[in-house]
Amino acid sequence: MLKTLLKEVRQYRTASILTPVWTSLEVVMEVLIPYVAASIIDKGITAGNLPNIYRYGGIMVVLACFSLLFGILAGRFGAYSSTGFAANLRMAMYTNIQKFSFSDIDKFSTAGLVTRMTTDVSNLQQAFQMMLRISFRAPMNMVSALFMCFFINARLSVIFLIAMAILIVSLTLLISRASRLFRQIFEAYDGLNSIVQENVSAIRVVKAYVREHHELGKFDKAVLKVFTLQVRAETLMALNGPVMSLVVNGCIIAVSWWGAHFIVEGSLTTGQLTSLFSYILTIMSSLMMLSMIIVRLTESFASGTRVAEVIDEKPDMTNPKDALTEVADGSVIFEDVYFSYGKGGGNALSGISLEIKAGETVGIIGGTGSGKTSLVNLIPRLYDTDQGCVYVGGKNVRYYDMEALRNEVAVVLQKNTLFSGTILENLRWGKEDATLEECREACRQACADEFIESFPDGYQTIIDQGGTNVSGGQRQRLCIARALLKRPKILILDDSTSAVDTATDASIRKAFMQRIPGTTKIIISQRILSIMDADRIIVMEGGKVIGFDTHERLVEDCPVYKEIFDMQSHGGNGDFDGPVKEKEVRNEG
Amino acid sequence: MKDKSSVFRLFAFIFRHYKGQIALVAVCILVSSLTSLASSLFTRTLIDDYITPMLNRPSSLFGGVGIGPDYHPLAIALVKLAAVLLAGIVAGFLYNLLMIKVGQGTMKLLRQELFAHMETLPIGYFDSHSHGGIMSVYTNDIDTLKGVVGDTVPRLAQSVVTIVATLVSMLVMNLPLTLVSVLIAFVMYKITTGLGKLSKKYFKQRQENLGIVNGFIEEMVSGQRVVKVFCRERQSLEHFAKINEDLRSSVFNANKISNIIMPLNGNLSNMGYVLMAIIGSVIAIGGNGSWYMCGLNGSTLTLGTLVAFLTLHKQLTRPVSHISNEINSIVKASAGTDRFYALMDELSEVDEGKVELVKDGESSWSWQSPDGQKRKLEGLVSLKDVDFGYVPEKQVLHDITLTAYPGQKIAFVGGTGAGKTTITNLVNRFYEIQDGTITYDGFDVRDISKQSLRRSLGMVLQETHLFTGTVLDNIRYGRIDATDEECIAAACLVQADGFIRNLPDGYGTMLTGDGGNLSQGERQLLAIARAAVANPPVLILDEATSSIDTRTEQMIQRGMDSLMKGRTTFVIAHRLSTVMDADYIMVLDHGRIIERGKHQELLDIKGKYFDLFTGNQI
Repeated sequence: MLKTLLKEVRQYRTASILTPVWTSLEVVMEVLIPYVAASIIDKGITAGNLPNIYRYGGIMVVLACFSLLFGILAGRFGAYSSTGFAANLRMAMYTNIQKFSFSDIDKFSTAGLVTRMTTDVSNLQQAFQMMLRISFRAPMNMVSALFMCFFINARLSVIFLIAMAILIVSLTLLISRASRLFRQIFEAYDGLNSIVQENVSAIRVVKAYVREHHELGKFDKAVLKVFTLQVRAETLMALNGPVMSLVVNGCIIAVSWWGAHFIVEGSLTTGQLTSLFSYILTIMSSLMMLSMIIVRLTESFASGTRVAEVIDEKPDMTNPKDALTEVADGSVIFEDVYFSYGKGGGNALSGISLEIKAGETVGIIGGTGSGKTSLVNLIPRLYDTDQGCVYVGGKNVRYYDMEALRNEVAVVLQKNTLFSGTILENLRWGKEDATLEECREACRQACADEFIESFPDGYQTIIDQGGTNVSGGQRQRLCIARALLKRPKILILDDSTSAVDTATDASIRKAFMQRIPGTTKIIISQRILSIMDADRIIVMEGGKVIGFDTHERLVEDCPVYKEIFDMQSHGGNGDFDGPVKEKEVRNEG
Repeated sequence: MKDKSSVFRLFAFIFRHYKGQIALVAVCILVSSLTSLASSLFTRTLIDDYITPMLNRPSSLFGGVGIGPDYHPLAIALVKLAAVLLAGIVAGFLYNLLMIKVGQGTMKLLRQELFAHMETLPIGYFDSHSHGGIMSVYTNDIDTLKGVVGDTVPRLAQSVVTIVATLVSMLVMNLPLTLVSVLIAFVMYKITTGLGKLSKKYFKQRQENLGIVNGFIEEMVSGQRVVKVFCRERQSLEHFAKINEDLRSSVFNANKISNIIMPLNGNLSNMGYVLMAIIGSVIAIGGNGSWYMCGLNGSTLTLGTLVAFLTLHKQLTRPVSHISNEINSIVKASAGTDRFYALMDELSEVDEGKVELVKDGESSWSWQSPDGQKRKLEGLVSLKDVDFGYVPEKQVLHDITLTAYPGQKIAFVGGTGAGKTTITNLVNRFYEIQDGTITYDGFDVRDISKQSLRRSLGMVLQETHLFTGTVLDNIRYGRIDATDEECIAAACLVQADGFIRNLPDGYGTMLTGDGGNLSQGERQLLAIARAAVANPPVLILDEATSSIDTRTEQMIQRGMDSLMKGRTTFVIAHRLSTVMDADYIMVLDHGRIIERGKHQELLDIKGKYFDLFTGNQI
């Protein structure tokens, strides 16, 4: 994991090495300063010697200037290298994600990828900067302050060693206890948030069943759990304070006592005593800092692992050597194809063999989970088969350059997205240099032209992220238009008109017949109306093709198809109003 | 209250709940600041009062009794010091414990108040505000409040106490040195705030760029499958490289400046130290005697005083840089408190109904007016000339008049946006009508308490929502006091029993994430079972559409049918069988009922219904 991450330091390597160098120099200055300050007292003030005060004062100012210089340099280089490192990490992840196949995306959830690229990276950026700056500073500070103590008075310094030992033991105990608690707190917070989340999204259910009090009770319980755990953890951490003060103050008293003896003996000066006091603080606070760093670094370890996973993920699909770049025609052949989503899960498709001719219109129908989407996703090679081959234009899809293949096989996905930007920009995803007229033509075929023109800004209308400002049916039509602009040899609609009313659905299909007769059209739908006039219809059940024929013949030969047909045309899904996917779309202001 | 700043309201809130604790905390802060001052002043006493006198006594380690240095006073002083320090430690610890209680307690109270208030808000609020935005008040905003309450304010108080106490002791010791020290502290403060202002611009830019990059990542990664299908990897990578570099450079600029603040402060303090030492020495060696060279107690500057003074000077300058930081974070948090109070200030649902639902017997219910009169619950719902709009300017329902007699089934059909769902949301008063009346068993629904009204109505929404918990818990959601047997009976009634028994733990199977481990159809069956266990006299059903395969749909259909038996039902129909069974079909168009009657009657008039039925709608 570390190796993967550190590789991404790249051009910021020099800065990353120089940061601790500057920090170390800064620490040296910081440690020297109290010593010089002691000399001001001893050789200047006590002796009543003004020139000495000026001399040592001058030295101290010079040291402070250098310390400032090194401090600024360390800060600058630290910021430079850590932000650069973070940028490289993001870039490396993003680049690799672009190579991900569909199954790789399935493996990491979308939300997971987003967290990895945002929260985790910023954790790592902070950890990296801390590693370069503070984790060098704290131990350096401690060691050199300790060194100075021994230099001033070895016997007194034994006290520090004992104090340090006490602190280290108690801090480790506290931290290990607390980190366990913090993990529990994390879970408690998750519980709390999920109650809020559920109440916000299901408020209608809560109110319809008058369950406000019940929910309040649940929420109070969760809040109380968070409260109790938090108080326990923070109380534990608060012990840190008295332990630390006890040790530091104990040191001060002990040093005062023995120090007085040594001064009387003549083996210590008053100035040295005061500088010892300031070293006590330095040592103890660096210890505290060190413990904090260790906690933070262990926390970011989890982030590091998650980021490294994305960077290290080997995309499971690559372009073949000497890839084919021309797709001859829109014919599709499946030859004894088996397919499953990852190990463990059963076969999503088994033993599929079929042949679709170029220019044919093929409908696909079947229950949820019967394998319709899996089947069509194999055609543009969004997934690889486990066994058997898929041929497009007479050639195995694995021999094609993926970009060339996907440019000829356009899929309108079931869960489709529009991107923020104008309608025109979204359409041009299909063809980067498409003219407005070309876009219009595609939209006319997808029955989208009319509603687009009804918007005040027409094709320049801005689509919000996720396309939330257009209705479900409108979104689907825009997605179809976008796919049409590719002028593909094969067009696949995966339940892409489910939110479009039946009449519009029919006119889209009519447009396909007339305008793109040469394109192979594969249409998945739950609605028998959408597919019954296709040249042939594939009926799927349990990952198998159980019928592939014309409507008339299927009604006679295929009992499953007949059942669906009967249900939908007599008392089943009469489909009155065109499915209402969203609530009434309201525009306020 | 609205005109007061939200931060002020927050403080008032905390003060109201934690008067006693806050007073104690103030005492503790005072004690612990004073003791830490005392300990730093001890350096002076140590050298001046104990060590120096011992030095003047010719010491002889081997000397006889009474000649050697007398460590006795020192020992006593150290014991005293230890006692003072201990008091400080106890005060500090106590203060910490109290602050944990106050900080976490405030969070608890704020969360509870917020949630309790949120539950009273009208549905319209949830329609018009993004769910993510509401969530973030609970997560981000309350967390920032915690920072202010638990850390910033006490630290600020501590800093102020330390500064005041230090200043007083400095003044006591020496006047001119105090002035120098304050001057240095002031310069440091100015430089820190100046840098802060300088970095503000960069921080703002950093925030903006961060928003851009995060937004882009979110959008693109969610749409990654589309990116792949359209082979847009290269373009998306190019764009990302650009915004990523913008982000890097703005974060670098912002961090560069904030990284400078610490060394700058530390070293300015060091230089100030030298300055103090020089001026102090000049005074100590040269200018003894003049009144203006003394402290308030009239003492002159001695070696010990100077050493102690230098320590005090460090104490004074340390909190200076903190103060500007703390004030900054309060300002930052005020955005969070604003959002918190904005939600708290939203108006609750109005409920002035006095008529209550009371139980008569095993399964019979009555309405009870405030004057004690009782009327049997029948399930007669009637709308008269109802007008409605989500916003006053835009009316979506016009002159809706209809009556559903007990046990009748009324079906609504019509195109998207015709207003079917809206009508059903008015009966249960999710929204308030603008004009006309809705009566339930003769009572105006506004006279019935909302609780009772909604209890008497069962709802199955088009979008199914399930809660974290077992399958049984989810069914019981319909009626909290239902026994396990009643829940299972309800599941059997709506034909959900079969699939539930096939789940890994049957009725005890845990559901999480809105029942994500169930299929769409199964979730819907649970929602129907939930309504069945509530056993309401009036039902509102919004049939689900598409996305469910025909076979599951049939199962749901049967479930719904058995649920509707014997109840007044409003159903937003998508299925032919539903409308064919209906006692009345209301055909809606643009918020008006344009046709009404039975299936065959409506077909005969060859109007809108006929068009819908034959699929010839254009």
